[in-house]
Amino acid sequence: MTEPLLKIENLRIELALRSGQAPVIDDLSLELRPGETLSFVGESGCGKSMTALAIMGLLPEKVGSIAGGRILFDGRDMAQMNDAQLRSIRGNEISMIFQEPMTSLNPVYTVGEQIAEVLRRHKGMSKQAAWARAIELLDAVRIPNAKSRVSDYPHQMSGGQRQRVMIAIALACAPKILIADEPTTALDVTVQAQIFDLLRDLGRETGTAIILITHDMGAVSEMADRMVVMYAGRKAEDGPVAPVISHPRHPYTKGLISCVPHLLAKLTEQRPDLTEVPGIVPALASFGADACLFASRCDMADDKCRSSRPPEVAFGEQHSACWKADQL
Amino acid sequence: MAIFMTILQRLTYAALLLIAVLVLNFTMMNLAPGDVADTIAASMGGADAELMDKIRAEYGLDQPFIVQLGAYIGRVLSFDLGYSYFYNAPVTELIFERLPATLLLVIAAQVLALVIGVLLGVFSARHPNGVANYFVTLFALFGYAAPVFWTGILLLIGFSLKIPLFPVAGMSDVTIEGGFFVKALDIAHHMVLPVITLGSIFLALYSRLSRASMLEVLGSDYVRTAKAKGLSPREVTLKHALKNALPPVVTLAGLQFSAVISGAVLVETVFSWPGLGQLALTSILARDTPTILGILFFSALVVIIGNLLTDLVMRMIDPRVRGRA
Repeated sequence: MTEPLLKIENLRIELALRSGQAPVIDDLSLELRPGETLSFVGESGCGKSMTALAIMGLLPEKVGSIAGGRILFDGRDMAQMNDAQLRSIRGNEISMIFQEPMTSLNPVYTVGEQIAEVLRRHKGMSKQAAWARAIELLDAVRIPNAKSRVSDYPHQMSGGQRQRVMIAIALACAPKILIADEPTTALDVTVQAQIFDLLRDLGRETGTAIILITHDMGAVSEMADRMVVMYAGRKAEDGPVAPVISHPRHPYTKGLISCVPHLLAKLTEQRPDLTEVPGIVPALASFGADACLFASRCDMADDKCRSSRPPEVAFGEQHSACWKADQL
Repeated sequence: MAIFMTILQRLTYAALLLIAVLVLNFTMMNLAPGDVADTIAASMGGADAELMDKIRAEYGLDQPFIVQLGAYIGRVLSFDLGYSYFYNAPVTELIFERLPATLLLVIAAQVLALVIGVLLGVFSARHPNGVANYFVTLFALFGYAAPVFWTGILLLIGFSLKIPLFPVAGMSDVTIEGGFFVKALDIAHHMVLPVITLGSIFLALYSRLSRASMLEVLGSDYVRTAKAKGLSPREVTLKHALKNALPPVVTLAGLQFSAVISGAVLVETVFSWPGLGQLALTSILARDTPTILGILFFSALVVIIGNLLTDLVMRMIDPRVRGRA
C-alpha cells in the first residue's frame, strides 16, 4: 500500500457555543492516498464541510478550533502549523472549491485576475506569465473562447462557467489535494455531469487527489475510489466504494443508499425499497455523548447502542462503527 | 463608448435639474417677505411709499412675478447672475472670489472624513471585539451628536487659545511673505481646525457605515475563496473585501455632499473663513436677493457635480454598474 498523502488521526474539532465548547468532529481518523478520489458522504450538519475547513486551516475564526488529533500532510502536522505556513499550502498544495459558484468569485475583479493572482502568489510568476497561464487554464476547464472570456467579470458568466473558473483557480498551482465541497449542488443536472466529468479528467491528468464532499450517492459511485460515511461528527463507515454500496455495514449507510431512486423503474411502479431515514441529526450539544448517535433513528438499536459508543470493526478494507455490523 | 453616452445622459439630467432649482429658488425668495427696497429704505433711515415704488420700479420689482422669473432665468442662462445692490459688485465676481475657499474646505473635509472614516471602519471590522471597535463606536456617536459650531468653538479654545498651535481665524496670514509653497503651507496651517471640525460629523457617519459594510463583506463567500487561495490577511481585507465594501460608503458620501456644504456655512462663521458661507449669511441679513440666489445656484451646481462624480466612481469600483444603462 502506498504511503498516504493526508492522514487524519483522532481529529477533534470544537465549536464555541453560548453553552460552552461542543465537539462537532469527534475522534475522526482517515487517510487519503495520492491520486485517489475519496468521498465524504452524510446529511447536512454531520461535519463533512467542517472537516474540509479544518484541513484547509479555515475553521471559522474564534468559533471553531482543533481540540485534538493530528492532520498529517506529507508527514507534517497541519494542526500545529502557524498561519503563514498554512497560507503557503492553501491554494498551492491543497485547494478547495465551494458549493456556491454564484457567490464564490469576487464580483469586482475579472476572472483572469482571480486566476492569475494565485499563480503570482504561490509560483512567483510575473503579471504577463500569470495572465497567459490563466488563459491556458480557462481553456483546460473547457471554457470556449478562453482568450476573450479571461477579461470577463463573474456576473457575465453562468453558474457552470463560474464553477469552472473556481476549478481553474483551484488547479492553477497543480495541488496535491483538491477538496470539492458539494461542487454541483447549486447547478442544474446537465451541468452537474459536465463538472463531474471535468473534475475526474483533470484529476487523472494531474494526479491530484480529490476529496469530494457530496450527498449525491450517484456521484459517489461514479467518481470516488473510496468513501467515508459521516454521521453527527463521527465516522460511521468507510471503505472502497463498491463493497460499501453493495454491502453496507452500517444502518445509516444503508439508509442513505435506499434513499436514492433509480430511473430504471417504471414511473407507475411501486418502490417499496425507496425509503427515508426517519428523524433528524441530533442536536450539536449531544455530539459528545457516549452512545451511538444514530441509535434514535435506527430500528435495530438496543440498550447497548444507547449507552456506549461503538468501536470500529474491520471487514477487510471496510470499517464500520456499529455494534451490529456483523448482523448487517 | 457607453461611458460617454452615460455621461451625456447625466449631463442632460443635470441641466434640467439646474433649471428646476433656479425656478424653485426664485419662487421661494419671492414668497419671503421683504425685498431690497426695504433694505435700501432702511439704510436711508426711512422712505415714503412713493420713493419705495420708485426704487422697486428701478430694480424691476414692480413687474409681474412670471416676467421677473423669465428675465432671471434668461440672465442666468447667459451666465449673468445679476448685480448685488448691497456689495455694489456683480454676483458672479462676489461668488468666484469666495468659492475657492469654500471648495477647499469642503473637499478637504470630505476627503479627510472618507479616508480616515473608511480606515477606522475597516480596522474595527477586522477586530470586532477590540478596543478600537469601542473607540470607533464612541467616536462616531460623539461626532454625529455634537453640533458643528460647538465642536469648532471647543477646538478653538483648546488648540488656539490654551495651546496656541493653530491660528484663531481666517484663511491666511497677510504678514507672511514668500513663494507659493510658503503661502500654501500657511493656508494649510489655517485649514487644520476648520477641516477637522467639518470633517468630524461625516467621519463618524462614514466609519460607522464602512464598518457595517465591511463586516458583511468579510463574511461573504468570495472572501472565503480569497482565504482559500492562501492570500495574506492584508490582501484579503484590502484587495478582496474593501473594494466590495466601498459602494455603500461612496453612495452615502455623494448624498452627504450637500450636507457638507451646508455644514461649511456654520464652520466658516465660527472660524471667519472667507468663503461662501459668510457671504450667504451677510446677504441673507441684507436681503440681497441676487447674491442669495447666486449662492444657491452655485451650491446646487456643486452638489450636482458631486453626484455626477459619485456615479463615475461607482462605475470604476463595480463592473456590474457599468453593464446598466
